[in-house]
Amino acid sequence: MASTKPGISVQYGENATIVTFLNEKILEEKDIKALQDSVMSVIEQSEQINMILDFGNVKFLSSAVLGMLLRISKKIYERDSQLRLCNINPKIYEIFKITRLNKIFEIYSDLQSAMEALPGQN
Amino acid sequence: MLSISPSGVPIVIESSSSAIEQVCERILSELQADNFSKEDIFAVHIGLEEAFLNAIKHGNKDDTTRKVTINYSIRPDEVEIFMKDQGQGFDPDSVPDPRCGDNIYKVGGRGLLLIRSYMDLTEFNEQGNCIRMVKYNSNKKSLVSKDKQPIN
Repeated sequence: MASTKPGISVQYGENATIVTFLNEKILEEKDIKALQDSVMSVIEQSEQINMILDFGNVKFLSSAVLGMLLRISKKIYERDSQLRLCNINPKIYEIFKITRLNKIFEIYSDLQSAMEALPGQN
Repeated sequence: MLSISPSGVPIVIESSSSAIEQVCERILSELQADNFSKEDIFAVHIGLEEAFLNAIKHGNKDDTTRKVTINYSIRPDEVEIFMKDQGQGFDPDSVPDPRCGDNIYKVGGRGLLLIRSYMDLTEFNEQGNCIRMVKYNSNKKSLVSKDKQPIN
């Protein structure tokens, strides 16, 4: 099953909900707010959720996006759920390294490895 | 403290997050034409976006009647950008390190770290409402003279 919300597409898998960011650039405050609302509404659909955020389309983002990710992770961990990030291009990953958020988020090189790392996966 | 005053024709834009887009396009396309590397251009883009976000949010306090003034000059070996807001200014040395302790879980406070990481030189005027950022052209780094090394 798949659906689209402002700025994201959502695929509902057996063990994970995969949220793909659709825009190449995530910069403006209103866009970030819309994205956050979209992702939060997906989280709120279930009591527990394994969520993978796919950055494959994203080529540029501002530090405000990092704040959004921290809000999302807080909401997910409050639900005793899991969050993975994947497909982050090297330039964007550098931003995570500089801010040391690569130590906070669980980041995988691709969707497959992010899915395999989820609880209950072989 | 700023060692050099802004030069060049000022660009004055409003305090809304979309207002920087055209300025970015203009400066980044000029850098591309002047053979700055893709990494340099990415870095300047980060500097512009983060400095502008700080200017409108922390400087102009989201007051859309206040403006942000940008001056820039591009030379073969470097790009220099000044960005000034109409706020009261701040002490950049008082900004906590967002990588340390519980700060890492805070949703904000990473803009200045990114600017300092990506730009080769970052400094502020005494009031703290004008930032000067310099990025050297890494394709022409051999032309950078010793007197243009970062001062902070």
